[in-house]
Amino acid sequence: MTAVLPISAEPAALATEDARPGRWRRMPTKAKVGAVLLGVFVLAGIIGPLVAPYDPSFQNPSPALSLHAPYGAHLLGTTQSGQDVLSQLLSGIRLTLELAFFVGLVATALSVVVGVTSAFLGGVWDEVLSLLTNVFLVIPALPLLIVLLGYLQDKGQTATILVLSFLSWPWGARVVRAQTLAIRNRDFVAAARETGEKTGRIIIWEIVPNEVSLIAASFVNTVLYAIGASVALAFIGVTDLNSWSLGTMLYWAQSQQALQLGAWWWFVPPGLAVALIGTGLVLLNTGIDELGNPRLRDATSASRIAGRWLKPADPTPVLAEISQPRGRLTGFLHSFSRSSLLDDGESR
Amino acid sequence: MSFIFRRLVFYLVAAWVALTINFFIPRAMPGNAVQSVMAKFPNLQPSAYKALEALLGVGHPGSIWSQYISYLNDIFHFNFGTDVSQYPAPVSSLLAQTLPWTIILVGTATVIAFVIGTFLGILAGWRHGGWLDRVLPALMFLQAIPYFFFALILVEFLAIKTHVFPTGQGYANGLIPGWHGDFISSAIYHSLLPAFTIVATSIAGWMLQMRNVMITTIGEDYVIAAQAKGLPSRRVIFTYAARNALLPQLQGFGLAIGFVISGALVMEIVFSYPGIGLLLLNAVTSNDYPLMQAIFLVITFAVLIANLVVDMIVVFADPRARTRAATA
Repeated sequence: MTAVLPISAEPAALATEDARPGRWRRMPTKAKVGAVLLGVFVLAGIIGPLVAPYDPSFQNPSPALSLHAPYGAHLLGTTQSGQDVLSQLLSGIRLTLELAFFVGLVATALSVVVGVTSAFLGGVWDEVLSLLTNVFLVIPALPLLIVLLGYLQDKGQTATILVLSFLSWPWGARVVRAQTLAIRNRDFVAAARETGEKTGRIIIWEIVPNEVSLIAASFVNTVLYAIGASVALAFIGVTDLNSWSLGTMLYWAQSQQALQLGAWWWFVPPGLAVALIGTGLVLLNTGIDELGNPRLRDATSASRIAGRWLKPADPTPVLAEISQPRGRLTGFLHSFSRSSLLDDGESR
Repeated sequence: MSFIFRRLVFYLVAAWVALTINFFIPRAMPGNAVQSVMAKFPNLQPSAYKALEALLGVGHPGSIWSQYISYLNDIFHFNFGTDVSQYPAPVSSLLAQTLPWTIILVGTATVIAFVIGTFLGILAGWRHGGWLDRVLPALMFLQAIPYFFFALILVEFLAIKTHVFPTGQGYANGLIPGWHGDFISSAIYHSLLPAFTIVATSIAGWMLQMRNVMITTIGEDYVIAAQAKGLPSRRVIFTYAARNALLPQLQGFGLAIGFVISGALVMEIVFSYPGIGLLLLNAVTSNDYPLMQAIFLVITFAVLIANLVVDMIVVFADPRARTRAATA
């Protein structure tokens, strides 16, 4: 029976089964390398602390094990106080990734809320929110983070996550706002509005699903930023120095002169881990970019005709500020932004 | 009103927001900061205690509003309070000692990195798929390394193992700072490694950004038309494509300045470079709140000024922007 029916569950299921390996193969090499690199570290973060050979804080009193170079029992050597570097690294990866993941989550949620609200309210509120976003973009975050964390008595993981998220949303908000402005006037949104959908429903079911790739990219960027910032903050010494993160490892290595003592196994692993996680994220993001923008792809996707590389010709969708009629107050507020340079003269 | 003037107003608003945040942080944070400072510095003078209370808003120094006004007044006169760890040195004199080091080093290195990165980005974008594109992942790896970690590696190999460069400090011991040849050459020699750190780690970002804008620009009709006219490639690349791709690149530069400076501050710690970054580390380790807050403000102001300069360059470099800025 099913054979004559054009609609059946089976072919569709087959198609998705087919598409999965195909999609992976079609992913840009950069994205694949990035995903694998990141996967290794996420795995290390999840199972690492379970398989760590020692307690990262355990100080072996034996003087022979102070600053011992890597060997069988301590695969990455020991610190000055006889702690196992490998165990510290494994808990460090978990703590740092955990922090970055939650900062990414909270900050991206904040940026979606601010960006979508800004684009939907429009008018003066949009300009006020944009002004706020631009102000927080231009104020350097790291020194402010240092002051904030410096005053905090409880510098635990949760507090650090909240403070970091509080300062990492503006980048995402800007992009989400621009994209929402572009989508807001599309036909399908107008159709949803005509059928009497409430604004909240339109936002959740029509707008946000169309921004998933953008939000994902913003999430990856925020995670990247959070790793860099948290490691730098720990290196300066404003976070909780009793917990093992990649940053605190570097802090102790630096403050106990690992460099001068020639103990490369102490400071190279955490730094390399940060760099590799970061590279994985950057590669992943570039890959996502290339997936959405064919022109940025490697020349392998271009065809060679008569000795010349010809790139895919479809124009890149550029997130342009959509020029909109502005009221007096709105126009006045807008004229202070950098993007006012790109306006057409007519709106004024 | 001209564009630059409007931007100036915007930066003033941003500066005011930063000042206000800075004012409210010590007042909103839980815990008594004065107590923790007193615990660290038991032999602090009563006058320092008073000054600290006034800064942190503890005790009864008047209403919030009058505190706020006198705070703004102090900042306006570059009075950032008295330092706790090096009492009674005023914070502003500590800043004045360290700021030139950071501005010269970080400023020069950032501009060099931006120029080289943009140039390489132009080439990579033009020869899309060429060898420059292929080394891009390696450059991304460099970019993902924290500045200070790269600095650690450089010190290990170029200063400790092979004594090519000094391990740290701003100038050789025993030299008296001043405008004489010995000191200047020593300062330049000591700044080479820190500067190289900034350049090497930030170049990839500029390059990638410029490459992406270039690739989009090259597809534009006017570039194809210029090629069709038979103009020499160099002219097409630089006068037609790159010049138009430069505008978004410059705007990105403005936004990224804060990141670059923040990264450079942490790097200074590795080199014990006598700039703001090292001062910040000392402030953090000794709970020196007045100094921490002043450094935040100074860095913010520096970033705002740099952004204003970028705006001016944009208006100057782009004829479209120039006309709009004039008519607006």
